[in-house]
Formats: sequence, C-alpha cells, structure tokens
Amino acid sequence: MFTNAGTSSFTTFLSRVAPEMLPGRRPLPPGMAADLAPHATTIVAISAAGGVVMAGDRRATMGNLIAQRDIEKVHPADAYSLVGIAGTAGIGIELMRLFQVELEHYEKIEGAMLSLDGKANRLASMIRGNLGAAMQGLAVVPLFAGFDLAGADPERAGRIFSFDVTGGPYEETGYDAIGSGSLFAKSALKKRFRAGLSVDDATRLAVEALYDAADDDTATGGPDLTRRIYPVVMTATAEGTRRLTDAETAAIAEGVVASRMENPGG
Amino acid sequence: MAMQFYASPEQIMRDRSELARKGIARGRSAVVLSYSGGVLFVAENLSSALHKVSEIYDRIGFAAVGRYNEFENLRRAGVRMADLNGLSYDRRDVTGRALANAFAQTLGAIFTEQSKPFEVEICVAEVGATADDDELYRLTYDGSVNDEPGRMAMGGQAEAITGVLKSQHRADMSLAEAARVAVQALSTVGGEGGAARTIAANQLEVAVLDRHRVGRTFRRITGAALTALLDGDVSAAEQSAEAGGPDTPAQPTTESHKPTTSAASADLEDKPADGK
Repeated sequence: MFTNAGTSSFTTFLSRVAPEMLPGRRPLPPGMAADLAPHATTIVAISAAGGVVMAGDRRATMGNLIAQRDIEKVHPADAYSLVGIAGTAGIGIELMRLFQVELEHYEKIEGAMLSLDGKANRLASMIRGNLGAAMQGLAVVPLFAGFDLAGADPERAGRIFSFDVTGGPYEETGYDAIGSGSLFAKSALKKRFRAGLSVDDATRLAVEALYDAADDDTATGGPDLTRRIYPVVMTATAEGTRRLTDAETAAIAEGVVASRMENPGG
Repeated sequence: MAMQFYASPEQIMRDRSELARKGIARGRSAVVLSYSGGVLFVAENLSSALHKVSEIYDRIGFAAVGRYNEFENLRRAGVRMADLNGLSYDRRDVTGRALANAFAQTLGAIFTEQSKPFEVEICVAEVGATADDDELYRLTYDGSVNDEPGRMAMGGQAEAITGVLKSQHRADMSLAEAARVAVQALSTVGGEGGAARTIAANQLEVAVLDRHRVGRTFRRITGAALTALLDGDVSAAEQSAEAGGPDTPAQPTTESHKPTTSAASADLEDKPADGK
C-alpha cells in the first residue's frame, strides 16, 4: 500500500489506505452533538510589515463550564505558516495535526514547499470533508496565516485566510478573528488596526483584541495573572515561524492589563 | 507436449543477483558517515533536481544508488510509512530500524517474486544523541540488511571507497573534515589509470542530519555553502551548517504567468475597460 506511485497528498493517501483516520469519514449517529465535547474559542490574526501575527486565548468551554484553562489553539502549520482552531476542540486538534503532516509530507515527497495559496486550498478541502459532522454540531473553523515566500513585496507578504464550515477559503485584508469572541476582537481591531504595523506592535494589538474579546465573551479567557497563563502568540516572517516565549507574552499581557487599570475600555 | 525449461532456484537467484549487481555498479557512488555534529551524506550526482539523498523523517535520512525510478518509489513509500506512523503514534516512535525492516521486506519480496529485482542499494540513517548512537543501515537488492559502523559506501567500486573511509574516518570529525574525507574517498575511484579524480562541487549532492537540531534535522548543503565547505573554509562551512531558519527547499517563485486565481480573471486584469 505504501509503494503505489500515487499521490503527493497525505490525506489522499489516507483516504485510500486508512480512511478511518480522516475526521470526516467516521459514521456519526443521527442527532445534534454540539454539547458533547469542549469548544475552543477566540483566535485573532493581524498582518504586519514583513509578516503576520496570530494569537489565541487559552480557554476551552463545555456549555457553561470551563473545560480547560491552558489549551493551545495556535500552532505552526509548517516553517512559514500558522494555523489556529476554533470549534470542537478534539476534531480541531486532529485536523490541525493532519494539516501539519499534509504540508510536511508534500514538501518531502516533492522536494518543494506548497505555495501559500496551495496550503490554504488544502486546508479548505480538509474542512469540507468534515461538513457532515459540522452539520451535527461538531464544526471546526480554522484561521490560517502565513508568510508568502512568492510575494513580490516582503512588506505585504503576511497573508490571512479564513474559512467557513463548507470550506472557503477567503483571503482577509489586514486582520481577522474567529471563534465566539471574534465579534468583539474584530470590533477592537477595526478601530486600532493600521496597515504597515510593525510585528511588535501587531503582537501587542493581538493581545489587546483578545482582552476585549474576553471582556465581553464568557467563553474567551483573558490573561490569567494568578496562574500565569497568557495567550499563545506566534509570528510568521521571512525568518520562519516563532512562538513568543512565556516571558515575552507575560510582559505584553501584563502591560495590557496595566493600561486597562487606567482605562478599562482600552 | 511442449517441453518446460527447468532452471534451478539457485541458478535463478544467481542470475538475478548478477543483474542487480551490474546495474548498481554502473552508477555513481554515495557515502554516508557519522561526524561529531551529525550524519553526513555525500553522493555523486550530476542532477540538482533528481535527488539521491533525501529526508524521510525528523532524524532519519535516506541515500540510494542505482536506478532512480526504483529507489524513488521506495523513498516515497518510506515517507508515507513514517508520516502515517508519526501521526498514529508520536513523532518519537518513528525509527530508522522500523523503516529499514520495511524496506528489507519490500526488497526481499521483489527479489524473490518478481522477474527482475530492484537494481538499488539503500542507506537508512538515523542520527542519535552522540556519534555512537547513530544508526546506519545498508539495504541491498535482495533485502538483506546490515548495521554499519558509522560509515558506509554504496554503488560502483564501493569496496575501494570503503577502504579509504575505513582508514581516514573518525566519529569525532568536524563537518569540514568529514566532507573532505568523503570527497577524497569518492574521488579515488573512476580516475584514469587508477589515479584520483577531482570532483567539482556541482557534481556532488551533500546533506546532513544535524545532531543538535530539534525537530526536522535534515539540511541540504548547496551552492556557495557547499563550495566553501569543500574548499576547507571552515568558518563559512560551519556557519552554513548552523545557518538558522527553517528548512528551505526549492521555493515557489513569483510566476505571474501562473495565476493562482482563475486564469480567466487574471487574463482580464490590467486590461482597458473597453476591451480594446
């Protein structure tokens, strides 16, 4: 089964040899299953000069309960792109892992990386595969962002793609947010975002937007100063992806909290 | 009644072995050796696009000599198996030994069942925490597998090359020293009248599994970095091996003639509105 000349796509390979490993291929009993599993919430992405920033809060909820305080929802998809997940956490994490393997697999088989648009299209088709489960309440909607190595202007090479449950993808200009708190995060970003922000300013802005989301949405977690749990912030630039260290995110989050002490509205 | 030709199994195996050996001996050679910073692959390869050396997984590399289509098929199978196991279990559970076993099964089955064996010789290398922990597996056309002691040569006149490696190679070498030994070993064969050849950098395919990296350790050394390494410019070479940043395989370039949106809409862009 491995030696068939076949395909460069790992999911296509799986659909042939191990379809049960694909999230969308499992038979589900009828009925709504929305309250069955934890939900991951808010992710924001901001394009900056020379790259893109993605940040996610750390909360997962089940109905009115907090299922997990320190879930990590923003991950590197490959060396130059980031993926954040919102929706049913278990399926989201599985989809994200599968997407990481998909990109790495193509790169190893073909000896060249997929284009950024190619990666977004690949992710879109994987989400489409989950449509049946999504209609029963187990929806996953990711946010994808990356540094476009083929971009003519490196200052504008940070690009963001959003998706809906039927696939997509839709390229977003400037910034985007997904998840239950996205309405508030996007409203905050609408007023604060400027084209050509530096990467450092964009990371601060991302944490601010998450703070605003947590302020008004119970399913989004704010910076947890007592437990030292802060948002996950990642960047993708010409140098590759990077996750800010705990100390760096702590400094940014504490700065945001301190400024909100004076002006709660930001 | 038609007469059936009888050939003894022994004769059949001998013929197949001979075919495979001849095919492999025609090709250019490759060497794999441990050095202080990891595992070094050096293959003579005139093509810069069709690789003899490639990445299989985080700490596992693959080198092959012989027929390209045959070892490429095995390499793809190896990548698929590694990725499937890494996804089902964990990245740490993908091992060179398991891959070597799978390749051995495949090659062994092809050797006995098919009318023509694969004319390939393969190395599966896994980089360890120290040079002593490195694992090099040699797989031959008949499915036999050998654990090699930190160095190996494959391809035409492999024995002569192995002789040079044996006398010159040490596990505590630097990358520049190891590269020099590898190229020296490769150049001892194939020269006129038994003399050593000079092999230019553009005829070599060089890659390392970098011991000190986390995650994907495979790095190709190409272009200026390779020339510097072979010239013994240690500082530049070490720098290239250390060169930070993620793996950068051939990047997609800006190709305006290949629009990523619909070709029809790209065709209409930048055209005067009146259609002239």
